[in-house]
Amino acid sequence: MALLVIDDLAKTYDKVTALTGINLSVEAGEFVTLLGPSGSGKTTLLMSLAGFTTPSKGTISLDGKDITHVDPEDRNFGFVFQGYALFPHLTVANNIAFSLRVRKWEKARIAARVSEMLSLVGLDNLAERKPRELSGGQQQRVAIARALAFGPRILLLDEPLSALDRMLRETMQKELKRLHRETGVTFVYVTHDQEEAIAMSDRIAVFNHGRIVEIGPPRDLYKKPSTRFVAGFLGENNFLTGHRADDDETAVEAFGTRFGFPLAKGRERPGDSLTVWVRPEDIRVGQATGDEIGFRATVVENSFVGALERILLRTATGEEIVATLRSEAAIAAVPGQTIDCRIAPSAIGVLPNEAKGS
Amino acid sequence: MRNFKTTALLLTVPASLMAIGLYAAPILQVLALSLTEPKFGLANYQGLFANAAVGRVVMTTVKVSVMTTVLTVLASYIVAFAIIHMSAGWRRISLFLVLVPFWISVLVRAFSWITILRRRGVLNSTLMDMGVISTPLDLVYNLFGVTVGMVHYMMPFAILLLYANLSDIDRRIMQAARSLGARPATIFWRVWLPLSLPGIALATLFVFVFSLGFLVTPALLGAGKTLMIAEYISVQISSTSRWDLATSLSTMLLLVVGVIVFAAMRSPALRAAFVARPQQ
Repeated sequence: MALLVIDDLAKTYDKVTALTGINLSVEAGEFVTLLGPSGSGKTTLLMSLAGFTTPSKGTISLDGKDITHVDPEDRNFGFVFQGYALFPHLTVANNIAFSLRVRKWEKARIAARVSEMLSLVGLDNLAERKPRELSGGQQQRVAIARALAFGPRILLLDEPLSALDRMLRETMQKELKRLHRETGVTFVYVTHDQEEAIAMSDRIAVFNHGRIVEIGPPRDLYKKPSTRFVAGFLGENNFLTGHRADDDETAVEAFGTRFGFPLAKGRERPGDSLTVWVRPEDIRVGQATGDEIGFRATVVENSFVGALERILLRTATGEEIVATLRSEAAIAAVPGQTIDCRIAPSAIGVLPNEAKGS
Repeated sequence: MRNFKTTALLLTVPASLMAIGLYAAPILQVLALSLTEPKFGLANYQGLFANAAVGRVVMTTVKVSVMTTVLTVLASYIVAFAIIHMSAGWRRISLFLVLVPFWISVLVRAFSWITILRRRGVLNSTLMDMGVISTPLDLVYNLFGVTVGMVHYMMPFAILLLYANLSDIDRRIMQAARSLGARPATIFWRVWLPLSLPGIALATLFVFVFSLGFLVTPALLGAGKTLMIAEYISVQISSTSRWDLATSLSTMLLLVVGVIVFAAMRSPALRAAFVARPQQ
């Protein structure tokens, strides 16, 4: 049985719907990320899990017990806040000891636990500092140590890395993964940063307009998104307009070429328009071989971005797409020239047109 | 930019001249008088320490000021704490109500208290009609009456000072405390109270210093029986023409207030009240 089960949860403020129809099960030890743009409901769900927000409908259960209306102080969930919310008047050691004093642990046990937590997050020599004397990254570590000190089974994290600069963010991502591995605690992590979500999570729940759009392991969501929203939100993507071939229900015509695609049976009629997507890194230069999909495109612009070049191409249908190529492959891509391009059939995605309603 | 700064500085000239002419100059004159009336020297100050009447007045002043400060800060903290926990609508209404006394003359407020507290006042007659007491209580023209009037006068200031401090505290810190298992009482004693010490220190200093030199309310509600320094000084000038006593006592009061403020500003809690919080 799953550790945490969220069943048909909804939250409405006055007339604004913040969350609706949320179903999610989290297994013990999992790292689940709630990903979405701001205002998509992910933070409302996290606050409901913590007990700071009371859902309008639905239940949250832990180990099969309904905890929907249990007070935050009785849930025993760790919480890492955006901006950390450390106690500014307490030292690092006393911040970490706070939950242990509340639980009336013995002095010696508290001291032992505090030093254990300090070394877990690598802050052994800063025990007596006040939060304002620490860097952002160090405050972050204190916040995590404080939230883990009393041994919660679930750690809730609200955009914990958003205040850090890029370099530090990458270090902290690895650090959080390590803590997740070493402690075995279940992490529920909120972020709007898709790279962060992809790099860290066992599973991602993608939010939009108060709903979970898709749930799955990062690889599946990236490679096989079933909605246009997820295809566009995770990683960079090119979207093109295509349509079902008139004479074949397993063929799609788009960007001046035609290729086979296993469309759902009977869903599209001949000529129905479709959304075709292809990631920039999956477009290659050269003549198509084997079952590759070939097409011709005009180079509009060629910009160097380090390891890769970004090529802006215009297809035969006039749509502009981006391709990222290794520098040596990009030599042929001179602006103004029309070149041969190819895509592996497995790298292309076709989604029903959402305007039609899905 | 430099031009703008010069212009801005120029704009303060009229106000500065007024402050110097109407404030600094008279104070210096008071200081001069205290040292020269009737002849040059510190004799007037020596006289202050030997004067038993002055001793009694100082004692009363300190007693009233301490009581006023403790009661005002305590009551105001409760009000300010309640206000920051209200919804935005109620908070607006409450802050408005806190400000209402500012528009009513201090004289009117003092007389209102006399109406309420005197022997045949609203409070005594109600209590007697209800049979709670058989003889009226002495509620005014004494320490009690003066303190009630002063607390009433000081509370809006203290509430606003404490409200400013309390509303600056990051509420996520309280959520963090809850998530760590702390219950409301623990959160209050371990988190709210330590974090509001700067505001409490500031309100305490403000109310105490203000009380030391307060004139109108103690004069009316004390009616000469509970005599505080400011009223005593005013009597020395307007009734008995003892300029020597009045000016030296004024200067001493100013000096003592200066020392208190200086000492208080060195305390870490008060310094924190004046330092912008870098986290925000």
